[in-house]
Amino acid sequence: MGRYVLRRLLQMVPVIIGTTFLVFALVTEMGGDPVQNLYGERPVPESIRVALTAQYHLDDPLPVRYGYYVSGLLQGDFGTSLSGSRPISEMIADAWPETLKVAGIAFVFEMVVGVAAGVLAGMRRGKFLDNLVLLSTLTVIAVPIFVLGQTAQIFLGVKAGIFPVSGTNEGFMSYLLPGLVLGSVSLAYIARLARASVAENLRMDYVRTAKAKGLSPTRITGVHVLRNSLIPVVTFLGADLGTLMGGAIVTERIFNIPGVGYNLFKAIQIEDGPALVGFVTLLVLVYVVMALVVDLLYAVLDPRIRYA
Amino acid sequence: MTIIDKTADVPAPRGAGDHEGPLLEVRDLHVEFHTREGVAQAVNGVNYTVSAGETLAVLGESGSGKSVTAQAIMGILDMPPGRIPKGEVLFRGRDLLTMSPEERRKIRGSKIAMIFQDALSSLNPVLTVGYQLGEMFRVHQGLSKKEAKVKAIELMDRVKIPAAAARVNDYPHQFSGGMRQRIMIAMALALEPDLIIADEPTTALDVTVQAQVMDLLAELQREYNMGLILITHDLGVVADVADKIAVMYAGRIVETAPVHELYQRPAHPYTRGLLDSIPRLDQKGQELYAIKGLPPNLLKIPSGCAFNPRCPKAQDVCRTDVPVLHPVTEQDGGELPGRGSACHFWKETIHG
Repeated sequence: MGRYVLRRLLQMVPVIIGTTFLVFALVTEMGGDPVQNLYGERPVPESIRVALTAQYHLDDPLPVRYGYYVSGLLQGDFGTSLSGSRPISEMIADAWPETLKVAGIAFVFEMVVGVAAGVLAGMRRGKFLDNLVLLSTLTVIAVPIFVLGQTAQIFLGVKAGIFPVSGTNEGFMSYLLPGLVLGSVSLAYIARLARASVAENLRMDYVRTAKAKGLSPTRITGVHVLRNSLIPVVTFLGADLGTLMGGAIVTERIFNIPGVGYNLFKAIQIEDGPALVGFVTLLVLVYVVMALVVDLLYAVLDPRIRYA
Repeated sequence: MTIIDKTADVPAPRGAGDHEGPLLEVRDLHVEFHTREGVAQAVNGVNYTVSAGETLAVLGESGSGKSVTAQAIMGILDMPPGRIPKGEVLFRGRDLLTMSPEERRKIRGSKIAMIFQDALSSLNPVLTVGYQLGEMFRVHQGLSKKEAKVKAIELMDRVKIPAAAARVNDYPHQFSGGMRQRIMIAMALALEPDLIIADEPTTALDVTVQAQVMDLLAELQREYNMGLILITHDLGVVADVADKIAVMYAGRIVETAPVHELYQRPAHPYTRGLLDSIPRLDQKGQELYAIKGLPPNLLKIPSGCAFNPRCPKAQDVCRTDVPVLHPVTEQDGGELPGRGSACHFWKETIHG
């Protein structure tokens, strides 16, 4: 087990180098003049141009610039943003907690409601509840998230006034609606996954054995079927947590949550290369770590999988 | 219709209470499945009895209804699509089919237990064998987790699993096929039931392990004086352990007989066909006999005797009249206890 984790951690190094280089190269080759972008239509004073070019090594070839970036990264320095000249680590420190709050709500929502709906639907296949779950999840999956988010914002925020419309001034309530919207799509997938998994496991031979042992129906589903059915669901949940923690560009934009997704959007808009690379590096790190956690969790849930 | 009640000298059933007679009596059991294509008649009036200490072998091809009958007795049929329109299953004189689900659940596992064919898929892959064995005691006797584990180790010892204490926390996939089947047997045996139904317990095992498992089963059955219903399609397995045999075809019992008589003198063309299909060393090089045709479609069972389209001796009467299970006698009319054949021409078959 220990050796497996070590190997996986080592494997993360090339993944992180590869992805950051890719993003870094992409941003550099994106074209345009990052210094000019800062000034919009106005002319850039020559002294400032020289200073910025020197500070960001804009004249050096790509590998050299990437080298500078990585050496900074290794010292915990994400660089400074082009636009506000703020250290990017500071921007991350501000943005990430916002994203985590939304992600936390979304995760709890999709886990509790999604698993419950899926398990109940799977047990009552073909009945009313099953059809209800199938239809509603299909709707949620089919509708794009920006439609979902804005509809919720207009009806529950603006018209009904139950939730704050946007911003983060009202504490928990400010994050609740964005969290629910963000979680709803994954919830639909989780419900469907859990439903299929429960339905499949109910047909397994070991369920017949459990019946023959004289176990109560509650025990059969609660202990025997559930343990088996939740293996794929937990895997999905783990991977999804990685995605959620990486921020949601659309949802955070709609509700004006200054999280990771919001900052990414802004960085792309103004071609703020250093900020973009910084945030993407964070995304990659989070995702790779979560992937490892999921794989380890998988082995805990399913004894047939052992890592050596 | 009377069937075999006494074929072996059977000790009195233990803890029998006031009930006299056989441990289990199946009377005119019918099971059908409602499918999209129509109604599949899986079991069409099965009768059999099992006494304490006795082994009944139920023999038949896939789809002959032998497993479905067993599942109906256990009460683990999926209903729907399954349905039991007719019949009685008397266990110690009480009809299981009319009991409340809760009453039946208490009998399942503790009084009547079942062993399944494929132990790997029949055991829960994510729970330890110790947990699955101990569950019997926890659910039926209310033992604690700790006490149940001690009992589980005892059971594993009982079925001769080496290093039971060390392996009690292992998972099913960590055992070999033979050991897994022993765990299934241990689970069925846990509460010392009166009756065990073994549904092809050795089919998934290789021949040497088959013999070990059958020996173990027979030994434990003797020791606890249990009734045993052995469902199989393997004529070789049956010969050593069974007291009597019921041959099933298309949901009916077509022949019953004490085990050795069936092998010596079958009284039904289907049984004869089965016996002739066994490869024999002294007929090496010759073409192997096979019953021609396929088992009938249960949605459209042939009229008359269900075996008639495949029977080498079929006459017109076989296509119109369903044969009842005739008592089989010697040529001189001497009684042959426990023998019956559902063939219009049983006399010709056994004596001809």
